[in-house]
Amino acid sequence: MSNYEHHDYDVLIIGAGGAGLRAAIEAKQRGLKVGIITKSLLGKAHTVMAEGGMAAAMGNVYEEDNWMVHFRDTMRGGKYLNNYRMAELHAKEAPERVLELEQWGALFDRTKDGKILQRDFGGHRYARLAHTGDRTGLELIRTLQQKVVSMGTDVFMEVKVLKLVHDDAGRVAGCVAYHRASGEFVTFAAKAVILATGGAGKSWKFTSNSWEGTGDGHAMALWAGAKLIDMECIQFHPTGMVWPLSVRGILVTEGVRGDGGVLRNSLGERFMFNYVAPMFRAETAETEEEGDLWYDDHNAGRRPPELLPRDEVARAINTEVKAGRGGPHGGVFLDIGSRRSAEFIRRRLPSMYHQFMELAGVDITREAMEIGPTCHYIMGGVQVDADTAATAAPGLFAAGEVAGGMHGANRLGGNSLSDLIVFGKRAGAGAADYVLSGQAATSLNQSAVEAAIKEALAPFERTEGENPYTIQHDLQEMMQANVGIIRTQSELDFALGELDKFTERVKNIAVKGGRAYNPGWNLTTDLPAMLAVCKTVALGASFRKESRGGHTREDFPTASEEFSKFNLAHSSNGGNWDSPIETTESPLLPIPQELKALLEEAH
Amino acid sequence: MADVTMKIWRGDASGGEFQNYTIEQNDNEVVLDVIHRIQATEAPDLACRWNCKAGKCGSCSAEINGKPRLMCMTRMDTLPEGPVTVTPMKTFPIIRDLVTDVSFNYAMAAKIPALLPKPMPEGGYRLMQEDVERSQEFRKCIECFLCQDVCHVIRDHEDNKANYAGPRFFIRIAELEMNPLDTNDRREFVREDMGLGYCNITKCCTEVCPEGIHITDNAIIPLKERVVAANYDPVAWLGRKIRRQTKKTSAEAAVQPAP
Repeated sequence: MSNYEHHDYDVLIIGAGGAGLRAAIEAKQRGLKVGIITKSLLGKAHTVMAEGGMAAAMGNVYEEDNWMVHFRDTMRGGKYLNNYRMAELHAKEAPERVLELEQWGALFDRTKDGKILQRDFGGHRYARLAHTGDRTGLELIRTLQQKVVSMGTDVFMEVKVLKLVHDDAGRVAGCVAYHRASGEFVTFAAKAVILATGGAGKSWKFTSNSWEGTGDGHAMALWAGAKLIDMECIQFHPTGMVWPLSVRGILVTEGVRGDGGVLRNSLGERFMFNYVAPMFRAETAETEEEGDLWYDDHNAGRRPPELLPRDEVARAINTEVKAGRGGPHGGVFLDIGSRRSAEFIRRRLPSMYHQFMELAGVDITREAMEIGPTCHYIMGGVQVDADTAATAAPGLFAAGEVAGGMHGANRLGGNSLSDLIVFGKRAGAGAADYVLSGQAATSLNQSAVEAAIKEALAPFERTEGENPYTIQHDLQEMMQANVGIIRTQSELDFALGELDKFTERVKNIAVKGGRAYNPGWNLTTDLPAMLAVCKTVALGASFRKESRGGHTREDFPTASEEFSKFNLAHSSNGGNWDSPIETTESPLLPIPQELKALLEEAH
Repeated sequence: MADVTMKIWRGDASGGEFQNYTIEQNDNEVVLDVIHRIQATEAPDLACRWNCKAGKCGSCSAEINGKPRLMCMTRMDTLPEGPVTVTPMKTFPIIRDLVTDVSFNYAMAAKIPALLPKPMPEGGYRLMQEDVERSQEFRKCIECFLCQDVCHVIRDHEDNKANYAGPRFFIRIAELEMNPLDTNDRREFVREDMGLGYCNITKCCTEVCPEGIHITDNAIIPLKERVVAANYDPVAWLGRKIRRQTKKTSAEAAVQPAP
């Protein structure tokens, strides 16, 4: 063993958001030794920012709701690119996972008869989102955090993982990391590793993601021998703040629309009525009057088009703005103030009220919010086995946003928090079973550890070189301009060329200062992961010559039958951060007949 | 817009000093925007914590012109003209620049006996909205630890940290005590181990809370009343002695996993 601080675990979890914490609880309950690593403080992960709620067909508000309807909604929302088995397990298990949270201290809003209240969101046929005001993510992460702490689990805070390390037999055996506070390196050996690192939106200029969303887990899985799928499918959430510029991209919950808010252009028109795609026409209101009836009784009218899935709404907003019907800051208007009482808005949407009042000086109970699409979520991720969360790399598991397949080409709002708890638990169980099966890794390959550390320290040795912040800034501008919400072949080809140049620039970064809590150095260690994500997104987007969900091609504006049969899977040829990436077709799992019947069911 | 001068404390546990950065400031920016601009240009190694930049995660706590605040929710145009001073939270040990070692808070959190809920009936619990609202107020806490920072019991007296949980954890205990499902009793624990008596309700914590939680009025004072009632009311005392046969003590409860 070398001189680095070292820890041994049965199950090591990278990431302490909803999926990581839920996985930890499960593995711990199986009696295993569990360690959790987070690059922030405990309780600050991106889960905390989720607002609207978690989707679970509990039937508390509409008893007609059940897992079959939820499964159907999820598959339709995902434009059938989903791993059907994940969508099935998710729909079946989410209600039980939500009820479990109450036993651990979560306090959801209630119906009049004391059950968990459920709210409407886009693409869900019934009011289905369990929630606590508009801070449901906080409620989820705090509950899981407190549960994990009460179980005495080891949590390593502000530790940044650089790379997964294998054993000599090629199984994933742990990782090499460093303490951000001291800059000292640390190694972890584990019989199984669960990636729960969240998303990758920080590579775009306008994003709801924090500094953490750099796709570390996506990249580490790729380098470790797993496959990434559906990377071209990026969710641009329709409603991000657009003004002031300094807060551009910050999320405005879909709950605003679920609770009665509508979208208008600069002419005051509810333009969404003009953007109802054929596949949603049968279930969408034709007039404002019909849509307004729906809020109180879903059987009295069909849903208003503001509550179409997010990809549909984001594209519509983009089109309105391009046509010159946008607001003064390049967005459109989200109006709830003229439609609901001030008291209702402050009770149902307290943090939105606060956010606009404090940051934009806008009183949302009286004025409309100006909003526009913001990079929010990546549907793509590590290809996993639905039941066990196992990846193609032995010993490596993945759950939550870093995993791919569950949401297909587009995620429905509210399906993310429920994804975390359903597949967090499954990953914990899958990893535990793997550990107990006795096939697990036993030792870290020390030369790989040394190589990763040498690479991490190299930027300190360069006296001349680029500032990592400049590279990150340029990368965000480039991705926003060329691999954004609407894509075309010439821009994607340009982007792929640019990404090769960024790779060379990253090799020439010089870091100023010491190793202790140095954000410039930390960003330097994030950039290879960001590039891996950007490259797979651009490759997938270039390859998929059609428009589907969170992937829209100007030059191929409709969905194609040919591309409906497979995911695009990326693997690394070499396992180093600058190794070439190979892209292949990975056929979709065939859907059993009884589930297929649910998809075709008219209503 | 005109440039602004930021006086930022830089250093580590061994010492440090203010450094001045004169930098461009745009309309409607918050303090964190300006800190980020300094990081991206003059000082890439300037240490500060942040995550959500929307007042939801409680990471970017600091003292701005001497007042404990979130950097992401403090607009530059609300501060008086002239240089803006940014210093790390005083109550916690310095790691580097604006980053402090807040592990004290995580250690206190780990001591608190967890929720011990009534068994869940088939189909889930039935709870009325008015019964969950009291605890929901405390669960709005984003753990920015500004209340801990401003609390003079630990801000000015390092020794008290061993025996004093601070406002953040008084509201956590109040939340659990007021949770309609809970069967635990933390009154002795909060008095003996968490030092509730040290708090002399100056309300500094309530004033700095970015979530507007009524820490003193809705959590600490009711908690003090419960503890007093338990200790000086002979009927309550007797009841507690009897109930202890079924309720867990704080030490037992601390190790007891919830279902």
